Amino acid sequence: MSRIDAKFAELRTEGKKAFVAYVMAGDPDYATSLDLVKGLPGAGVDIIELGLPFTDPMADGPTIQRAGQRALEGGMTLQKTLDLVTEFRKDDATTPIVLMGYYNPIYNRGVERFLDDAKTAGIDGLIVVDLPPEEDEELCIPAQKAGLNFIRLATPTTDDKRLPKVLENTSGFVYYVSITGITGAAAADAGDVGPEVTRIKAQTDLPVIVGFGIRTPQSAQAIAAVADGCVVGSAIVAEMAAGKPVEEVTAFVRSLAAGAHRA
Amino acid sequence: MANDLFNSFMSGPDERGRFGKFGGRFVSETLMPLILELEAEYDRAKTDPEFWAEMEHLWKHYVGRPSPLYFAQRMTEALGGAKIYLKRDELNHTGAHKINNVLGQIILARRMGKSRIIAETGAGQHGVATATVCAKFGLQCVVYMGAHDVERQAPNVFRMRLLGAEVVPVTSGRGTLKDAMNDALRDWVTNVRDTFYCIGTVAGPHPYPAMVRDFQSIIGKEVRDQLPEFEGDGALPDTLVAAIGGGSNAMGLFYPFLDDTTVNIIGVEAGGKGVDDSMQHCASLTGGRPGVLHGNRTYLLQDEDGQILEGFSISAGLDYPGIGPEHSWLHDTGRAQYVSITDKEALEAFQFCCAQEGIIPALEPSHALAHVMKIAPTLPRDHVLVMNMCGRGDKDIYTVARHLGFDMADTEGRDAI
Repeated sequence: MSRIDAKFAELRTEGKKAFVAYVMAGDPDYATSLDLVKGLPGAGVDIIELGLPFTDPMADGPTIQRAGQRALEGGMTLQKTLDLVTEFRKDDATTPIVLMGYYNPIYNRGVERFLDDAKTAGIDGLIVVDLPPEEDEELCIPAQKAGLNFIRLATPTTDDKRLPKVLENTSGFVYYVSITGITGAAAADAGDVGPEVTRIKAQTDLPVIVGFGIRTPQSAQAIAAVADGCVVGSAIVAEMAAGKPVEEVTAFVRSLAAGAHRA
Repeated sequence: MANDLFNSFMSGPDERGRFGKFGGRFVSETLMPLILELEAEYDRAKTDPEFWAEMEHLWKHYVGRPSPLYFAQRMTEALGGAKIYLKRDELNHTGAHKINNVLGQIILARRMGKSRIIAETGAGQHGVATATVCAKFGLQCVVYMGAHDVERQAPNVFRMRLLGAEVVPVTSGRGTLKDAMNDALRDWVTNVRDTFYCIGTVAGPHPYPAMVRDFQSIIGKEVRDQLPEFEGDGALPDTLVAAIGGGSNAMGLFYPFLDDTTVNIIGVEAGGKGVDDSMQHCASLTGGRPGVLHGNRTYLLQDEDGQILEGFSISAGLDYPGIGPEHSWLHDTGRAQYVSITDKEALEAFQFCCAQEGIIPALEPSHALAHVMKIAPTLPRDHVLVMNMCGRGDKDIYTVARHLGFDMADTEGRDAI
């Protein structure tokens, strides 16, 4: 059983929804982001989604774009992102880490080598935005074979006819993108999201986690209530961008996690 | 490679949008259904005589096609070798080849019921062509342009605004053409219902590279029809030369000749200050390696970590860190040859063309011409060389003046040239 499957089993037993926090690896520098990541499980984060910086993040809004730029300017690389996970795993053997990013840095390293290194570092799953099911042979299938979960995005444009194709090689959980748009843009509406989650759950037993457009403890609670959990990214990254100390950002994360866990 | 040579070079891409290992559909799930819908609509349109009848009518009456094939006699004599023919796509409405493709995509958008058109632009030529056709059909038009390019291409920004387009200066990333493409994709992902993304080159996710190539292929088809008038029935060019940024004018010229194995095909990339380790160029094939960006796998300028690098060229139209995937495939199979030309060589060719033929070329085809100037003297006098004059240079006179040390504000006209 993967760390992700184990985490959801545990949450089911406790009757709790999952709270997933996204942070950018290396923002604003390696040491600060390692501190932040280390504090996330204690703040109530069930799954860590770790952003892999890329120069051309097509699905991201300005907040996460700039976080990636700060990280790259601070010297962050794919190797250092793997190092960060290795370092984190020294103290935490259970909290799942999902790497989220774009394909080119992975392709550039070589898929086989990347998968070996990611597994060794302690990464549990991958979300690669620019790899739809049509390109499954690139990374999705090799990742599953290597024992990593490949978590797919389902979106409002994924209709019922297409949904089986999206779910086919997905594992760990399904990430439902609440809006058509980029990260940190429009607000997610629980009234719209609920029926979409029901539609997806009719075709899969995997947990459905909702992300994009969730910024506050209240919306985390509202969205988590109609799904198996929720993701907050830009709102946390914005706290880092404002230069707040890690403890303060962690306190904000704690309030978001509490919101999701109230659902 | 053996298989490729025995089969046609014109059969790509395959059903997954691949030219060999290049191309593909590397987009987010939100865009995937839109791209499949576009592919289905394009498949219907390309076998629909009504679609092509509308294209041909507009190409003739709105764009001014066919563009002439012109024997450049003085240039030929000055270089003392191959016979040089120029395909005059700079005479098109809006001054470049870009409109050939825009017309096709906008007619498709209309067939699909889309009311809002978005585009990216570097030098502004694709943006102007898109704004033009949108004005003609009364469609809303939004053009994404790097903030840096908005500054250095002010006349084209004003043109687009006159034509009713909204020009959005892009400040994300480093504010260049690739960032403009990122922001256009972000717009598309947000406005999925009513918006059509009109890509300006043979890049992006399938079906764009094939579709844009098909629309631009009118260039090569006309050359096939026109050359016999000069060279006799059945005559084929011996060499084709075209400049490459993303590579749409080159694909348009090359494609109809890919299976004529006697035709030597040369693409010319922008070498900027020189293709070396300092990366002051945008020669993706000669100075890059395969990667994935903007929906396709192709040769890219990137660092050792797979982060995308900025291109550098005197020509804003060639300033892109990637290249169309079909070019990457033609490069790897050896069917076409790719070379690079520096800013300095392009500037010399620019002036040579003005003086020899009375044609002010854009800086993009000036790169192609600079390579023609290198090879023509080495070729026999019956060697037929066709170069695509893909754009006119009006937009570039400020840049050229600056590089030649000519002060445009000096009204007394004291020249420094």
